[in-house]
Amino acid sequence: MKYQTQKIAQAYFLVAMALFAIQVSGGLLAGWIYISPNTLSELLPFNIVRMLHTNSLVVWLLLGFMGAAYFLIPEESEQEIHSPFLAYLTLIIMVVGTLGVVVTYIFNLFEGNAILGQEGREFLEQPLWVKAGIVVAALIFLYNVSMTLLKGKKTAISSVLLIGLWGLALLFLFAFYNPANLALDKKYWWYVIHLWVEGVWELIMASILAFLMLKLTGVDREIVEKWLYVIVATALFSGILGTGHHYYWIGTPGYWQWIGSIFSTLEVVPFFGMMAFAFVMVWKGQRDHPNKAALLWALGCAVLAFFGAGVWGFMHTLHGVNYYSHGTQITAAHGHLAFFGAYVALNLAIFTYAFPILKNRDPYNQVLNMASFWLMAGGMTFMTFVLTFAGVVQTHLQRVMGENFMDVQDQIEIFYIMRFGSGIAVVLGALLFIYAVLAPRKEVIEPGHMQQRAAAE
Amino acid sequence: MSEAKEQGLLAELPGDLMMWVLIISELLVFGAGLAAFLAVRISDPAGFADAQDHLDRAAGGLNTAVLVTSGLCAALANRDGAQGQRKQARLWLAGAAALGLVFLWVKAIEYGDKLSAGIGTETHPFFTFYYLLTGFHAAHVVAGIVILGFIACYDSPRNLETGTAFWHMVDLIWVLLFPVIYLLR
Repeated sequence: MKYQTQKIAQAYFLVAMALFAIQVSGGLLAGWIYISPNTLSELLPFNIVRMLHTNSLVVWLLLGFMGAAYFLIPEESEQEIHSPFLAYLTLIIMVVGTLGVVVTYIFNLFEGNAILGQEGREFLEQPLWVKAGIVVAALIFLYNVSMTLLKGKKTAISSVLLIGLWGLALLFLFAFYNPANLALDKKYWWYVIHLWVEGVWELIMASILAFLMLKLTGVDREIVEKWLYVIVATALFSGILGTGHHYYWIGTPGYWQWIGSIFSTLEVVPFFGMMAFAFVMVWKGQRDHPNKAALLWALGCAVLAFFGAGVWGFMHTLHGVNYYSHGTQITAAHGHLAFFGAYVALNLAIFTYAFPILKNRDPYNQVLNMASFWLMAGGMTFMTFVLTFAGVVQTHLQRVMGENFMDVQDQIEIFYIMRFGSGIAVVLGALLFIYAVLAPRKEVIEPGHMQQRAAAE
Repeated sequence: MSEAKEQGLLAELPGDLMMWVLIISELLVFGAGLAAFLAVRISDPAGFADAQDHLDRAAGGLNTAVLVTSGLCAALANRDGAQGQRKQARLWLAGAAALGLVFLWVKAIEYGDKLSAGIGTETHPFFTFYYLLTGFHAAHVVAGIVILGFIACYDSPRNLETGTAFWHMVDLIWVLLFPVIYLLR
């Protein structure tokens, strides 16, 4: 660790990983409710479980991004973080807010109260005081990292990261607008979540990947930056108007069908670019970095993001296809692999890279970490395939044959059972990952004969 | 291909590399839009022909001449700028931008006529594409005029190349849109 304030990242990463464990456990519970629908139906209804699963995902990814910023901005700008106190204060606000949301979701203590109570929304559902807290935390965070960057060296990687983080915070402001009209509510909801994951988060993703490639492969910064600019340009070009693919059937004018279809098809390009970038850097790179697990996660991230976000997204993004597949398990398949590939794997990659440095130990032996990669990636791809098959059958029975929704659900139960099995693999993988990152392994693994030969040459 | 060669090929492109990324992206979007237009047209050739008769072909033809001439002005600005004749280059840029405004003026008259005749984006699929493609193009003309103004102020030869490359793309796209939307029977 070159800069003492990089240590801040560790606190963020720990909270993020704790939420990660809760998030996947909640996912497992939701997967079980698909098999046995009356589970906890009174205590913890499915819509609450699902909201906890998706919203805790978003929160822990955000905490991971913030931690990543605290880790890499000092190194990039060659400058200690402006104020460590403010950095920890932000984390405390985020944690209190998260707990407040969970309590409000589950117990609904302040029904009808404008500031403390639920807003009655499906996803942008936080009590107003938490929303305000998130904005305050975001402002403090942005002030802190921007001041650091302004004092130090400005690189393409840290600048793109900062633009992404600013965009993230500004777009959240749409969450304060709560129109009575449900169609309008959806419209503005996408201003937040779509423009996040298919806009500014891609900037954050590209810059963190670029940082990892720079460190792990030793390719020249100039080359990394050229790729970064091209990826960022194509991401923003396609992603912003790509929002149109959410406006097919919510009462917006028909031209959105063509805007959405055309631009969101091009959204595949930046994800392909990131995958190509990662592999080309590894091929060109001269450095044999010992942290092989971080490299595995980084490459896995780029590949799974391309398939999950790119290929699985394209599969149902054309409005002619989406007319049939909208809201079926196809969407769930895409959502799972896209979030896992693009943003979960990205966070786990930077955790894997950072932890040995933060804890000041060499990455002795990462067999467990790599095993957790294959367990999680394998579980998640299996889940994606199973849900895709379920979605195809569901689309045909429900949308083509016109059968009743619940009759169709009965017929695709076998897929839900298999999905639950793959969910167990993912949860075990997640727990194994957390253990592998936190508990040092003492014995050193001998490198394989390939590496020994390479070292001898 | 070796590293140096690769860099060399990219460096040979006039102007900034990012402009070429943008130009290729734009061509993909308009190409996909035109392909979708032609595909939907197959489903209703007679309806598309009837709808097309409502367009003002003379105005479209005039605008083609205006925009191609504007492209010539931009090319001449680029040539003069490269030879260090900055004042001359700025005059040509002003000419290019003025013709861009003429294009927008004609386009606005066309839109006004359509709207007053009660033709909107939902009237017929033909008009959905008409408004979408020509409207999106017109937005690029506006952006192009801003860029021309910018490079007139910051007139390094490299900026001139980058900015006029964008303007030529706007020009090229119109030359593709006009025959397909206005003329094709």
